[in-house]
Amino acid sequence: MTASILTVDDSASLRMAIRIALTGAGYTVTEAADGAEGLAKATATRFDLIVTDLNMPNMDGLEMIRALRQQPAQAGVPIIFLTTESDDSMKAQAKAAGATGWLVKPFQPEQLIRVAQKVLAR
Amino acid sequence: MSAEDPTAAFRIEAGELLEQVEQGLLDLEHRLDDMNLVNAVFRGLHTLKGSGAMFGFDALAAFTHHCESAFDRVRKGDVRATPELVSVILSAADHMRALVDGDAAEAQGQAILDRLAAAVDAAAGGGAPVPAPTPRKQGWTLSFRLPADAMANGTSPLALLDELRELGEATIVATFGKVPALDDLNPAHCLVGWDCTLIGDISREAIEDVFLFVMDDMEITITPLAVEEAEAEVAATPDHAPVAADAPVAANDTTPRGASASRSQGEHVRVPAERLDELMDRVGELVIAQSRLSQLAGHGHDLSLRSVSEEIERLAGEMRDTMMILRMVPVSTLFGRFRRLIHDLANETGKAIELVTEGETTEVDKTVIERLFDPLVHIIRNSCDHGLEKAEDRIAAGKSSSGVIRLSAHQAGGEVLITITDDGRGIDVERVRAKAEANGLIQPGQVVSEDELLGLIFHPGFSTAAQVTNLSGRGVGMDVVKRTIESLRGSIDVNSVSGQGSTITLRIPLTLAIIEGLLVRVGEGRYVIPLAAVEECLELSLEEDLRSRGRSIITLRERLVPFLRLRDLFATGTKPDTYQKIVVVGTGAERVGLVVDQIVGNHQTVIKAMSPLHRNVAAFAGATILGDGSVALILDIAQLIAMSQPREERRLAAG
Amino acid sequence: MPYHNVPHWTPENGLEVLTFGLGGETFALEAGIVREILDMMPVTMVPGADPLAASVINFRGRIVPLADLRGSFGMEAHANTADSRIIVIELDVNGDPFLIGLTADRVNEVTVLHAGDAEDVPVIGMRWPRENVRCLVRREGDVVVLPDLTALFARLTDDAVETTTIH
Repeated sequence: MTASILTVDDSASLRMAIRIALTGAGYTVTEAADGAEGLAKATATRFDLIVTDLNMPNMDGLEMIRALRQQPAQAGVPIIFLTTESDDSMKAQAKAAGATGWLVKPFQPEQLIRVAQKVLAR
Repeated sequence: MSAEDPTAAFRIEAGELLEQVEQGLLDLEHRLDDMNLVNAVFRGLHTLKGSGAMFGFDALAAFTHHCESAFDRVRKGDVRATPELVSVILSAADHMRALVDGDAAEAQGQAILDRLAAAVDAAAGGGAPVPAPTPRKQGWTLSFRLPADAMANGTSPLALLDELRELGEATIVATFGKVPALDDLNPAHCLVGWDCTLIGDISREAIEDVFLFVMDDMEITITPLAVEEAEAEVAATPDHAPVAADAPVAANDTTPRGASASRSQGEHVRVPAERLDELMDRVGELVIAQSRLSQLAGHGHDLSLRSVSEEIERLAGEMRDTMMILRMVPVSTLFGRFRRLIHDLANETGKAIELVTEGETTEVDKTVIERLFDPLVHIIRNSCDHGLEKAEDRIAAGKSSSGVIRLSAHQAGGEVLITITDDGRGIDVERVRAKAEANGLIQPGQVVSEDELLGLIFHPGFSTAAQVTNLSGRGVGMDVVKRTIESLRGSIDVNSVSGQGSTITLRIPLTLAIIEGLLVRVGEGRYVIPLAAVEECLELSLEEDLRSRGRSIITLRERLVPFLRLRDLFATGTKPDTYQKIVVVGTGAERVGLVVDQIVGNHQTVIKAMSPLHRNVAAFAGATILGDGSVALILDIAQLIAMSQPREERRLAAG
Repeated sequence: MPYHNVPHWTPENGLEVLTFGLGGETFALEAGIVREILDMMPVTMVPGADPLAASVINFRGRIVPLADLRGSFGMEAHANTADSRIIVIELDVNGDPFLIGLTADRVNEVTVLHAGDAEDVPVIGMRWPRENVRCLVRREGDVVVLPDLTALFARLTDDAVETTTIH
């Protein structure tokens, strides 16, 4: 069974790029345009991995991660957030919120796939 | 799904981001210590850089990085936001736009960066981070414990151990020293530790890479196997993100995001404008085909055909209405673009200028919006350049030192009124007169009302090259503005009060694509009169017609209304019908009766542009295709009214 | 060299044209600009328009002006016959391509004209203005006229032209 991945990002182009990369690697990808939508979709369906941006309207990534980690069903679900090198404090906050790991923008599709492989339990 | 192109999507997004950044900067100009604005600009630049690099816009990412860093320092209170800094980043935003479009001049980018560096230096002192070197040994011993909540947070210890094994020859032993008594044990926590010996030519980074996501929060010692032991390199326990400091930061950070939640993202679909136009064309053709169908159905006796036809008529109508709404965009998209213009004009003229906008939610067809941009630029330039006074003159005149340009929009019936008001010195009527005389538009000393004089500024012969300054002189005169507005089936009016400023009012139809029309017959030709202009229809009996031969004026509720016999005007060479009709049409205060042979009925008209070959024919605003496939011309009411005036005067003079 | 008046026409390359008859003369249009040949159809007069393009037709939902070159070449107008056609061409004036329909008494053929057969327009003996013609080409004992369409229509598209009023 292929792993299912939720990508949460308010940038349609980024979501598109992520979807193209991950579906290309054989994963199933679901998209959400902000934290609120991401939370709703993740609550409805348990994903094997969530890849989320932090800076988003409505509900940002941090809030979404915190909310997700409140749910017992989400324990152990890897959450990767997207960040940039200048964002050390964000990194710390996201991890405190319960994120599993991160990916530094800009990234190549291969990097994304590698990170996905890294955190997805084999 | 084949046409997916993230790069193209990025270009559009980048445009929007830059727009946001620019708006943020323009706001910041007035509120230099508004941290929400600083954060907003930072976020915009930040996203632009990140996404730019993602999609191969490396030059953009590199360039934006400098601006982002500068704003990061402002954000952290390291550097003050200064007008110069804002101004540099504004020009940087232009350069970024050029980088997105791929036509940026490198030298210009460097010049901006130099300016930026100077602006940042002026607003603060310098400072830079340092990188670190790394050794490379024959093997390592590690001892590590993951954060207790690592598993809950999605880290799999087994996967990490597997990764270590992939690096080299690994001997791993679990340690249970920190596992508490069963009573205190939280089974969800990861309390086991591991000691590991790794043999091989493995870099320290490779090991750290395994623990990449947990490195900061875990306990780990990594010691080179080589006997040089001594300094056991220790990287232990989180050094940032202490909980006490963390909480308030998080709270701070959510407030502005919450505030920007109004930026509704939700269920929007982005569609290229051309596709919308194509769809509009199809809908137009559907409406035409549908009217043909209703004609057929109306003539026959097939009831079921008629009911289908009515159903299709309803659907086509609804589809047209929906289509119209799809094409509507708020004028804020237009007004927003002028903030930058005002900023630049203020710089160029050395005047303090404030832009006030009203009615930005008023919606107008997108093609109308696009075509309004250039005329508005010209009008605003004119107002800033000629209308507004220098600060000292304004103060002397008892006004506030900064001039105000007010852009407002509101909808009135099928039209949108856009007014551009300045509180400057007003248009100098005597100068207009002098210039009009010099250019031969009026005779010296000719009696001309003030309104008429003001109207002359739209005359093609009025604007001359001699007059212009750097600003308003760019390109066109007000006559071109007027022509553009008229090509939108709109009208333009000017008002001015000496010493108090001037107001230019544009009346623009909501949409260009479809109008309700009255289909009439003149001789053998059929024409469409825009229904919005029609006031009433009267019968013109043969006797009345004969009686009125000498004077083309009818009395309508005690007002004299001139009329035009379209049969004469169009030289049809046909005899008048027995019962001719007068269609009274008007714009503003002026009206004219149009004598036609027959009123055929209402007709929903998809407007098609006339060919450039017929651009110089004034009487028609466009054409449409009727149900039978033939072409009917759409009358240009404003032109016909204008035509009726001198003609009437001539006739009176002759008679 | 008269053929120099025609872009891309060299002695090595023939010029592919569509020939058509109008008022007893044979005209030629570069094949590349011809979009379609239509049977006669109902036309709509545009009151006040220049006689060169006095009407419009509905060409697949677009409003296309119908031009009649007879006036420009001093020919009498006459009624359409069963052979009459409308040749839709695409012309580029000031960088804007647009469609024009040309009336023809009949459409002849697509053929190749040779640069060596091209001749300058004689100064005398012509009943029409020389500037309306790019060159004449001898062909099978006849003379084919290559009209200068850009020059002909520029008159109508020039901004300098005062707005025509229709009375």
